[in-house]
Amino acid sequence: MTDGASVSLWLKLLESVVFAALVLIYVAYILYADRKIWAAVQLRRGPNVVGPWGLLQSFADFAKFALKEPIIPAGANKGVFLLAPVVTGTLAISAFAVIPVNFGWAVANLNVGVLYLFAISSLGVYGVIMAGWASNSKYPFLSALRSAAQMVSYEVSIGFVLVTVLLCAGSLNLTDIVMAQDSGLGLVGWYWLPLLPMFVIFFISALAETNRSPFDLVEAESELVAGFMTEYSATPYVLFMLGEYVAIVSMCAIMSILFLGGWLSPIPFAPFTWVPGVIWFVLKTSFMFFLIAMVKAFVPRYRYDQLMRLGWKVFLPISLVYVVIVAGFLEITGMGGHLH
Amino acid sequence: MVATVFLFYVFSFVAIASAFMVIAARNPVHSVLFLILAFVNAAGLFMLLGAEFLAMILVVVYVGAVAVLFLFVVMMLDVDFTVLKQGFLQYLPLGATVGAIVLIELILVVGGWTIEPATVTPRAAPIASNITNTAALGRILYTQYVYFFQAAGFILLTAMIGSIVLTLRSRRGVKRQSIDAQNLRDRKVAVQLRKVPSRAGL
Repeated sequence: MTDGASVSLWLKLLESVVFAALVLIYVAYILYADRKIWAAVQLRRGPNVVGPWGLLQSFADFAKFALKEPIIPAGANKGVFLLAPVVTGTLAISAFAVIPVNFGWAVANLNVGVLYLFAISSLGVYGVIMAGWASNSKYPFLSALRSAAQMVSYEVSIGFVLVTVLLCAGSLNLTDIVMAQDSGLGLVGWYWLPLLPMFVIFFISALAETNRSPFDLVEAESELVAGFMTEYSATPYVLFMLGEYVAIVSMCAIMSILFLGGWLSPIPFAPFTWVPGVIWFVLKTSFMFFLIAMVKAFVPRYRYDQLMRLGWKVFLPISLVYVVIVAGFLEITGMGGHLH
Repeated sequence: MVATVFLFYVFSFVAIASAFMVIAARNPVHSVLFLILAFVNAAGLFMLLGAEFLAMILVVVYVGAVAVLFLFVVMMLDVDFTVLKQGFLQYLPLGATVGAIVLIELILVVGGWTIEPATVTPRAAPIASNITNTAALGRILYTQYVYFFQAAGFILLTAMIGSIVLTLRSRRGVKRQSIDAQNLRDRKVAVQLRKVPSRAGL
């Protein structure tokens, strides 16, 4: 290996570590924002004691969990029990490896970036299943079964939504997808407008895929205590919690890349285009999270059969038909020239 | 280059070791988890070869969907290991004979296998550098092999319909929710205004 290659390898490593740390700090404040938004909707104050306006609440929670004693149930399958939270945490954070926060600002500019994200999100189910089985307890096991069926069902429509975006952009590369939305029209040129039904379907499927309210049947406290996390405590629990929120944030980032033009400025002229792209990207991601947090505050939990019906009988046909419509439109108008 | 070679050995070693553990593990759930590890490492090997699309599809399809169902089934089955192990010695001679025959046949077939030299050259030819892996695969699959692709799709569809037919039970007397009927209810059907005389009730 030449010296230059080894230096660039170390730089890449440093870049990954710094990026992961920044993502985790962002997630700490996303957790805080989630609690604050939920509290505001219910006319409460939310966390306001630790630090000014409660800004250090997430860090205090983390320290508390990290200092507690992890308890492993006697009947648990120890190896798998401890592996499950590690799998969840690692997978969630590794999704960020391909997410470009600005032009060329991605840890890995993969040619199959979209497929990578799809693969990572489909692997997310393993953490839950392993935890549910290894806990050797009724509620976690039921929760694991629910989660597996739920995540596999909604992946199907997520896949079709991705296909429509790919057809429009003509690339699986996330940077190319953002650049394909740069039509000089700003806000109205992005894919959320022509693909509005798919944007809505993706948003709702993302809620189901990350086990987020109103589809949080996996951890429905009135039925399953805390679902697959029931037997977990201390650091393993924190890994689950963190993994869940990192997955939500990565879904928000994916939505802002696929539909909201990534780092592009919403208004395509002078003072707005001077703002660095990364700021637009973070703003868009935070806006998507705001929507998700509001859904949690407003919408009551679905019943399980209704969840399955929505996934298979509503979203799947709509997204399938939309794929055909988009493909036909691109073919007839000749706008899909890049596909030939 | 060193990094690539190092990664190749790591992926291959873990893939072979976990493939061995699939049959060696006592617990069937552990077996499935090792199978998943083997899949993931095979995807890593594809990645090193530059076949990024295949690598990702392997993870999405096999790890993300097929293995989840495996794991599902294995977890739901309550396997009793003592019963499973009971007839082991009794069936060992028969199993060993069948295994030996298959092994000898495989050696005979693979030993006599030569690759036509003319086919090696086009197979080793790399795809043009200006098109991506995905585009190249798509072009071949949807132009040259489109009928095979369609046939594979039909076979899968038939399999799907078959499994639905085999498992579908239509039970009578089950109350089902009809969401359309519920949504079509309006004020006229659902609400009735009545003047109730006092102390009489309805």
